[in-house]
Amino acid sequence: MNRRGFLLLGVVGVAHAQLPPNIQEIRKKALDEAIRKVVGDAQVRTGRVKLDVPPLIDNGNAVPLSVEVESPMTEADHVKAVHIFTERNPQPYVLTAHLGARAGKARVATRARIADTGAVTAIAQMSDGSFWSDTVRVIVTLSACLEEGLI
Amino acid sequence: MARVVVNVPAEAKKGEVIEIRTLAGHPMETGFRRTQLGELIPRDIIRTLVCTYNGVEIFRADLHPAVAANPLITFNTVATESGTLEFRWTGDNGYSATQSATIKVV
Repeated sequence: MNRRGFLLLGVVGVAHAQLPPNIQEIRKKALDEAIRKVVGDAQVRTGRVKLDVPPLIDNGNAVPLSVEVESPMTEADHVKAVHIFTERNPQPYVLTAHLGARAGKARVATRARIADTGAVTAIAQMSDGSFWSDTVRVIVTLSACLEEGLI
Repeated sequence: MARVVVNVPAEAKKGEVIEIRTLAGHPMETGFRRTQLGELIPRDIIRTLVCTYNGVEIFRADLHPAVAANPLITFNTVATESGTLEFRWTGDNGYSATQSATIKVV
């Protein structure tokens, strides 16, 4: 290899090393894929679901969140499952709860880890095959999983 | 021994919607964190929680690393008859915990 070739190789190498991996794009794709996996070809409509998350989160390591779905919860018409996703975590999944008519009231609450400012989505799967969702944008000041560097 | 706590009302009216709260003591290690030496800490989470009411499954949850440590899960059910509620958590590395609660329906 001559000197020019070697220098060129160095320049190309540096340019490659400095290209930031587009993490946001990757995560958005992962979120879409995860939702697609749950929903299939059905359409997701907004409404009937109430996702309750504090809009400003001091500590992303334990964020209280609850999902309540408007439903009569009868054998004929009830919520089959509630799925919770986040936009900015290394993995989009948080929790999937499988309910039935015996739940009486379609409400699930838990505590989640949220890595960064972004959207949290809850999707309810009804017994008639329809999907309803609610999305809340949250601001996280101290994110989860950051103490040893993000991913 | 794994520590788990459930909160079920001791007594309820027939047909009443009761709230059940469950808490399991578990670090829910995500598998994304590293030690100070840069080694990945392997994932160690609870993967499922199943609740049965007199042998019939009424609730099931799939947990992922994004559930906070010491997973707290709250849900509802209709008090249909007196009996026991069984809770079962299972997870990575053979983790398994069970707890039961009795309810009196009047």
